[in-house]
Amino acid sequence: MLEELTSKLESTFRRLRGYGKLTEKNIADSLKEIRRALLEADVNYKVVKDFVASVQKKAVGEEVLRSVTPGQMIVKIVHDEMVRLLGGTTATLKTAGIPPTIIMLVGLQGSGKTTFAAKLAKYLQKKNRKPLLVAADVYRPAAIQQLKILGRSINVPVYEEGIGDPVKIAFNAISYARQHMLDTIILDTAGRLHIDEQMMEELVKIKKRIRPHEILFVADGMTGQDAVNTASQFAERLNFDGVVLTKMDGDARGGAALSIKAITGKPIKFMGVGEKLEDIEQFHPDRMASRILGMGDVVTLVEKA
Amino acid sequence: MLGKIKQGLKKTRENVFSKLNNVFSAHKKIDEDLLEEIEEILITGDVGVDTTMEIIEHLRQQAKRQKAESPEDLQKILKEELSRQLLAPPEESVTHRPYVVLVVGVNGTGKTTSIAKLAHHYKQQGKNVLLAAADTFRAAAIEQLDIWAQRLGCEIIKHQPGADPAAVVFDALTAAKARNVDYVIIDTAGRLHTKVNLMSELSKIYRVIDKQIPGAPHEVILVIDAGNGQNAVNQAREFVKAVKVNSIFLTKLDGTARGGVVLSIKRQLGIPVKYIGLGEKMTDFELFNPQEFLEGLFAKE
Ligand SMILES: Nc1nc2c(ncn2[C@@H]2O[C@H](COP(=O)(O)OP(=O)(O)OP(=O)(O)O)[C@@H](O)[C@H]2O)c(=O)[nH]1
Ligand SMILES: Nc1nc2c(ncn2[C@@H]2O[C@H](COP(=O)(O)OP(=O)(O)OP(=O)(O)O)[C@@H](O)[C@H]2O)c(=O)[nH]1
Ligand SMILES: [Mg+2]
Ligand SMILES: [Mg+2]
Repeated sequence: MLEELTSKLESTFRRLRGYGKLTEKNIADSLKEIRRALLEADVNYKVVKDFVASVQKKAVGEEVLRSVTPGQMIVKIVHDEMVRLLGGTTATLKTAGIPPTIIMLVGLQGSGKTTFAAKLAKYLQKKNRKPLLVAADVYRPAAIQQLKILGRSINVPVYEEGIGDPVKIAFNAISYARQHMLDTIILDTAGRLHIDEQMMEELVKIKKRIRPHEILFVADGMTGQDAVNTASQFAERLNFDGVVLTKMDGDARGGAALSIKAITGKPIKFMGVGEKLEDIEQFHPDRMASRILGMGDVVTLVEKA
Repeated sequence: MLGKIKQGLKKTRENVFSKLNNVFSAHKKIDEDLLEEIEEILITGDVGVDTTMEIIEHLRQQAKRQKAESPEDLQKILKEELSRQLLAPPEESVTHRPYVVLVVGVNGTGKTTSIAKLAHHYKQQGKNVLLAAADTFRAAAIEQLDIWAQRLGCEIIKHQPGADPAAVVFDALTAAKARNVDYVIIDTAGRLHTKVNLMSELSKIYRVIDKQIPGAPHEVILVIDAGNGQNAVNQAREFVKAVKVNSIFLTKLDGTARGGVVLSIKRQLGIPVKYIGLGEKMTDFELFNPQEFLEGLFAKE
């Protein structure tokens, strides 16, 4: 399917490049194919609509129609517009003036929070930080044990109180970190649905109590159209600071990235690219744009044209 | 039962199908506007572009052929088409003992939790169930299944973390035969369908089962997260190749995700949904009934 789409798009672009002059008609045809590719990549329907409209506006502009190579211009517009939407430059993590920096992870069930908590701890450890993992998922069977095993494997301490109150656990972890000279707290929370009022309220309480410097919304990279609903609900309740996209080591095109960014305006900061704890990458909008568009590298396509 | 599924699927219904109902009642006649709105609702339900286009094309043709005039006529055609597409073959009677169920899927879809739900379902029918902890890879996966086994009061066969999953399966089947249990449910590690090594590990597990109990596994369940989009079609395609999947367990339908991708999976690969997950408890489970599902989905509030 991936290859099929890629080749479909490539032929669209090839055709576009071939046009000496662009008419509104052939722009419209091409945009139709781009729309389809985006939908197949699981970009949200409404986001696609806006995206295509904005590309169209730019594409029928004077600049393109008068340029010597209008096809190239469109390819570039689509790519650039997507990079712009995805966040332009690479976003980094905030740190506290006075340690410890508190990072809180939230998201739906099974999105990859616990694994990412450990990945982030390892990542920060390499940057000479001293992380503390905190087990505030008191619901999922063996969630605490999971975090403890992961922590042990990378020599990062794990603060836990067993099946207690997540708000208190999170709060107590701060003094524990201070006492043990640990400069970064990474809080693992239970997965929950955005429509679960009680569970969402718990996150709001934790946020109020510990005032995290960074709340990261951890989302499954394979998420479909529903990404906008979940992300906007989490954003509304928590005003999170950034997004982590997991399970990007597969063949998911990751349209959720564009949807989440477009809907919440929050930058995507990291990607999970495997089950091992070193499988973490910073997010690069330009690479992601190419992936969603289903092309190895749009830029080289443009250059070849 | 109908009440519960209606309750669980309330969100889905409110979001997609009450929208569909609204669309039908908001339009006076069958026109391109109406078709476009139907298209939007299907695509935002993760039905996928191809399947959606096919459904729309079908609507267009049938409307013409049946000389449909009102949007209600079109609604009826759509409902018939969707029921037809979702229809599962009649249930086979369980004659094997032990009946071996292998549960597979990508990471975090809900395999282990769904196994607890299935085990609970079988236990309620008075059957005894043995669980096999063949996810020896993910941190605390064995503990997680073990906690479920305790809650359920069923037996579990487990090895150390990092052990060969095929060895766990071998021991589980040996124990199942010796103890004459009714069901063996095998939990496997989540794996992305693109990982060649992990997929061949799964094929190996499958062969070990078949060798020890010819004809087994009697059922291979692919667990799909209703929140997943079009990638789930790729997942299904690769898992079918590796282990001959029979049915789908569609999880997390208690959220707002619609799981429309199962329509594409059914259409392209013929694998029906058989079970649905509606929460994190072992009782948050329903057998999938397309008729009931659609009745619920189209019901007016
Ligand atoms: N392939 C792959 N698997 C991942 C990645 N991140 C997490 N996983 C796997 O996804 C599954 C779920 O990960 P968890 O970290 O337990 O997810 P969670 O969000 O903590 O889950 P809950 O606590 O139940 O809500 C596990 O099998 C992980 O190994 C990733 O980037 N790639
Ligand atoms: N809301 C909701 N959550 C579910 C459902 N099924 C499972 N979950 C949750 O999803 C998360 C992942 O479930 P698991 O059963 O651990 O998933 P898994 O496929 O075994 O995960 P791995 O073994 O890591 O690949 C847990 O937090 C479960 O409680 C469901 O139907 N609805
Ligand atoms: Mg977790
Ligand atoms: Mg599991």
